[in-house]
Amino acid sequence: MEHAATSIPLSRRRAAPRIAWGKIGAMTVLIVTAVIALFPMYWLFANAFTPISGTPPLTPILVPAFKLDNFQRLLGGTKYYANWMLNSLIVALTVTAWHVIFDTMAGYAFAKRRFPGRNVLFWILLSTLMIPIHVTLIPLYIITRGIGLIDTLGGVILPGTAVVFGIFLMRQYIQTLPSELEEAARVDGAGEFRIFWEIILPLCKPAVAALAIFTFVRFWNDFLWPLIVLNKAQNYTLTVGVANLQGEFMTDWGVIFSGAALAALPMIVFFLAFQKYFLEGVRMGAIKG
Amino acid sequence: MRRFVQKHGWSYTFILPSLLTFTVFVLAPVVWAFIISFQEYSLVRGGTWVTPIYKNYVTAFTQFGGVFVSAIRNTLIYTLFTVTANILIGLILASLIQPLSNWLRTFFRAAYYLPAVTSALIIGLTWAYIFNAQWGFANYLLRLVGLPPVRWLSDPDIALGSVTLSAVLTVPATAVVLFSAAMGSIPREYYEAAELDGAGPIQRWWHITVPLIKSTTLYLVVIYTIASFEVFERIYVMVPSGVGNSTQTIVTQIYNNGFKDLNFGVASAQAFVLFVMIAAVAALQFRALRSDVEY
Repeated sequence: MEHAATSIPLSRRRAAPRIAWGKIGAMTVLIVTAVIALFPMYWLFANAFTPISGTPPLTPILVPAFKLDNFQRLLGGTKYYANWMLNSLIVALTVTAWHVIFDTMAGYAFAKRRFPGRNVLFWILLSTLMIPIHVTLIPLYIITRGIGLIDTLGGVILPGTAVVFGIFLMRQYIQTLPSELEEAARVDGAGEFRIFWEIILPLCKPAVAALAIFTFVRFWNDFLWPLIVLNKAQNYTLTVGVANLQGEFMTDWGVIFSGAALAALPMIVFFLAFQKYFLEGVRMGAIKG
Repeated sequence: MRRFVQKHGWSYTFILPSLLTFTVFVLAPVVWAFIISFQEYSLVRGGTWVTPIYKNYVTAFTQFGGVFVSAIRNTLIYTLFTVTANILIGLILASLIQPLSNWLRTFFRAAYYLPAVTSALIIGLTWAYIFNAQWGFANYLLRLVGLPPVRWLSDPDIALGSVTLSAVLTVPATAVVLFSAAMGSIPREYYEAAELDGAGPIQRWWHITVPLIKSTTLYLVVIYTIASFEVFERIYVMVPSGVGNSTQTIVTQIYNNGFKDLNFGVASAQAFVLFVMIAAVAALQFRALRSDVEY
C-alpha cells in the first residue's frame, strides 16, 4: 500500500488528493469496535456517578452527573465494603509475592541446574497445567476445611500459591540468560542463594514484572474459589462482596452500580499505569506448543 | 550422601516450596477427586465406595431429567460461537491495526485490552445491566428503532444467546495482542516479493499472513476453547437462578451439585467429564502441531 503511494509522486502537484477508502474503512471498523469494547465499562461508570435510587430511568444515562450519592449510600449501607477491598488487596499481594520469589527460584533451578529427577518433576508440573481448577475444587474444600481455614483469607491464599504457570514463564526466560555471570560469581566464592538473589533475580526484572502484574490481576479478580471458601460478609473479597450486593440491595441499583464500578476502578488505573508491561506480558505468557 | 546433598541440595531447596504447595493443592487433590468420583462423600463420615462403581457417572447424566446433558450442549454451543467469533474478530482487528503508526497501534490495543483487566464477574454484571428488560441499554436501542422490547435474560429461548452475544461483543484482547505480535515478526521481504509478483493486499494477507500465524491461531483456539468450556462467572451473574435448563453449563452444574447440594461424588464425576473434554482439545493441539512439523 505504501509502495502504491510512493509510485505516484508526479501527480501530487496537480490532481486532487486521492481518497484512501481502504484506510477510512479500516479506521471506521477499528473505532466502532473500540466504542463497542469500551461501552459497557463507560455505561457502568456513567450510572455509578449519576444519583439513582431504586430502578434506573427508562432513558439510559449516557452522560454522567458526576455526583457521589451512590457511593455514599454504598459505603454507608454496607459497612464491609472497605473490608472487602482490603481483603482483596491482602490476597492478591500475598499470592503475588509468593509467586515472584518462589517461581523465580524454581524457574532458575529448572533452567540452569542439573539434578536427578529434574526432567521428571518438570514434566509432572507441565502435565497438570491443563487440569481445570474445577476438578480439584471439592478436595481443596475438604483440605481447607480440614486445616481449619474455611472462611479465612488464608484459605483463599494457600491454594493460590500452587498455580504452576509462573514456573514455566520464569524457566523460559531464565534459559535465555547467559551463564557466565553466574559462573564468575561462583568462582569468586559467592553462595548459591547470593547468586540467585544478587545476579539472577535482578536480571529477571522484565519477566518478574509481567508475572507480578498477571498474578495480581488474576487474584484480585478471582471469584469462584473465594465464593466457596468465604461465608461471613466481613470476610468477603471484593468480587464475592459485589456479587452479593445484587441480592442485598435488590432494588437500589445506584448502590450496585457504584459497588461494581469501585471494584473495577483499581484494575483500570493499574492497567493505564503499567500498560506497556501488560501487553508485553501477554506476549511473554503465551507458551507456544 | 553428604556429597549428594552438597552437590544438589541447593537445587532441591530452590524447587521445594513450589513442589510442596503443588503436591498439597494440585497433585493430591486431583488424585483424590478421581477417587471421590467413585464414592459417596460426607464431610462428617468421609468417603464410601458406591455400587456399581460407576454409579456417580450414571447419576451425573441422569439426575434431574438429564440437565447435565443440556448443560454440556449449552456449553458446546456457547464455545462454538464465542471461539469462532473471538478468532475471526481478533484476526481482523490485528490485521487492521498492523499498518498503523506505533502510536495508534498502542492506542487500539490498549482500548481493546482495557475491559479484560476487570473481572469476568464485573463484566458479566455490566452486561446483565445492559440486558435488563425494563431499563437496559439493549432494549433502549430497540425502542429507538421502533422494535418491541426483548426479555434478553428471562426468555428461555434467548437467554443463552444473550450470554453468548455478550461474550462475542467483548473484544478478544489476548487474540489481538498475540496475532499482532505474530504478524509483526513476519519478514517484510515476503510481502515485497509477493507484491512484485502482482499479489494484491487481500491476496498477500490470505497467502502470507494467515498461513504464517497458524501456530498462534491454534494456540488461541485452544485457550479460548478451554476458557469457554469453563464459563461460570458470566452465567452466575447474568442469570443467577438460571432460566430452566437453558442456561446451565458444565461448571454451574459442578457448582450446584458440589456446593449447593453437597453431592461431592456426582460433582467430581462431572468435573472429570470436563477434564476429558479439555484433554481432548489439548490432544488435538498436539496432533495439529506435529502434522505442522512434518509438512
